[in-house]
Amino acid sequence: MERDLELYHNLRLVREFEGRLSKMHHQGRIPGGVYSGLGQEALVVGSVYGLAREDFIFPLHRDLGAFLVKGVDPRLLMAQILGKKTGLSGGRDSFLHAGSLADGVFGATSMLASSLPVACGVALKFKMNGEPNVVLAFFGEGASSRGDVHEAMNFAGVQRLPVVFICENNFYAFSTPQPMEMAVEDVADRAAGYGFKGHVCNGNDLFAVMHEVGAAVELARRGGGPTLIECKTYRYSGHSEHDTATYRTKDELLEWESRDPIYMYEFYLQKKGHDMAALSAETGERVKATVDEAVKFAEDSPDPEGPEAMDGLYATQV
Amino acid sequence: METTYIKAINDALRIAMREDENVFLLGEDIGALGGAFKATEGLLDEFGSARVLDTPISESLIVGAAVGAAAVGLRPVAEMQFADFVSCGFDQVVNMAATLRYRHGGNAKCPMVVRCPSGSGVRGGLFHSQNPEAWFTRVPGLKVVAPATAFDAKGLLLSAIQDDDPVIYFEHKFLYRRVKEDVPEASYVVPIGKAALRMEGSDISFITYGSALYHCLDAAAELAKEGVTSEVLDLRTLLPLDRGAILATARKTGKVLIVHEDRLTGGIGGEVAAIIAEHAFEYLDAPVMRLGMRDTHNAFAGAMEEYILPSREKVLAAGRKLAGY
Repeated sequence: MERDLELYHNLRLVREFEGRLSKMHHQGRIPGGVYSGLGQEALVVGSVYGLAREDFIFPLHRDLGAFLVKGVDPRLLMAQILGKKTGLSGGRDSFLHAGSLADGVFGATSMLASSLPVACGVALKFKMNGEPNVVLAFFGEGASSRGDVHEAMNFAGVQRLPVVFICENNFYAFSTPQPMEMAVEDVADRAAGYGFKGHVCNGNDLFAVMHEVGAAVELARRGGGPTLIECKTYRYSGHSEHDTATYRTKDELLEWESRDPIYMYEFYLQKKGHDMAALSAETGERVKATVDEAVKFAEDSPDPEGPEAMDGLYATQV
Repeated sequence: METTYIKAINDALRIAMREDENVFLLGEDIGALGGAFKATEGLLDEFGSARVLDTPISESLIVGAAVGAAAVGLRPVAEMQFADFVSCGFDQVVNMAATLRYRHGGNAKCPMVVRCPSGSGVRGGLFHSQNPEAWFTRVPGLKVVAPATAFDAKGLLLSAIQDDDPVIYFEHKFLYRRVKEDVPEASYVVPIGKAALRMEGSDISFITYGSALYHCLDAAAELAKEGVTSEVLDLRTLLPLDRGAILATARKTGKVLIVHEDRLTGGIGGEVAAIIAEHAFEYLDAPVMRLGMRDTHNAFAGAMEEYILPSREKVLAAGRKLAGY
């Protein structure tokens, strides 16, 4: 598929998947929490698109799209979210607390930013073995307040590790607005303190994300060390689907919806001469079919029976 | 007045802040949002943002700043959004807070509380279900409490805030809105270090705390129909343990089943069993039995969570076995 159309398909697939989860949550069909990434599609698609399978990503609880673009089977992802036996963790943990190491997707814990030191470990292996692979480590501006972020970035700077730190700045840590999280406007400024470059970009602009992350990835592959990219974006939903997000105004949400990443990209496609009505309808049908199939697979999959909770603890017999 | 467990916590915080201007709260999303579980709801309005302090996502900072403020005269109550996240502030709890007085030659106080919403049964998965109390019950210098009733939730929190030592306060998420009982509106304290006998009997003893108390009470009621009378001892404080109450019930019935939601291996049940074995051995008519979460992680899927956690049925089966000795 042509690159422009493949990107469009990815954006729409992520939105369809996210939208379906939200709907299913409200219908009581999803056990556990749902952390929506609606509105942040350009960030995940633009960052992960074009990576090699051997490259690693460390996605957040909101980065469902990163899983999909990196190549995780939508059916397995849906089964994971429904806590099914066929899910990535086999029902052992909820939502995106699972990974697929074969696809270069490292699962996170709930302890936000704890992934960053781990990302350094993966990058260290690439450097030690001279492998031309890179690591993308995602974290929120909320998690940037944690000490692990400092430790990881400091070490990555010292070792010139092939890691790109991607800050998803959506301006709220759960309910806490950015001015109560930090006394600076840009998280990217902190890169200077670690001896590498930091850049701010419009996280809703697919091309801006691809440009900034792409350049950082190339630098890392060439042995040029880490970069910090801060993507300004916005989550349309609350922190989780349980959160009605009364801490922010309707006008603010509306402003950000006017910068919707998919509308902006559709405007580009239209300018390029595509028949957007037809393309949108056709793409919409395709992604709906993919998500329908994922839901069917997941809902038809067996639930764990219980005793499997004891499996998967050790690699060796104990 | 009929009060839920979580409302009792909210009431205790309000009373403590009204009684003593040195009491202040710090944590993530505790202000305008009123906390992830609404434990601090309404407190920002009454006391303002200087005393209901929203912090960045920084558990190490939250605990560490509480230690500093406590050492110089304030009485901070820190909230971990989930008990699971206390691991991110672990160093400040076990190394900084717990040793403060000791390494200052006994010339320091650390009057702080760390509130930890803990517990399973809420489909929280690996990192929103943990019962990490046993990480702390072997750290001298700390006090560890785990109320099971709304009355104790309020009285133990007020006690903890008034205490001059660091207290780790485990509040159980499953009980927040499911436990509802008459709680006095006035200020009162439940002493730290005192267990509560919830039921008196002569055949077997359940020793428990937290959410497992209710499984034990249910099982005891069922066993009563079968002619077995039970004692149910609610530990309430896990450090220091009420050794007197533990030994008294063990000596009385000679048959003890310890039940907790925390993992079996390394859980507080092992310590209780050892105390009984050492000091009440001659009174025992049966091996001391334990029931806890199976030794695995807090699995997410419904059947898995049921499989690993203690339940009324599992406690009843163990109680019957014990009574049969």
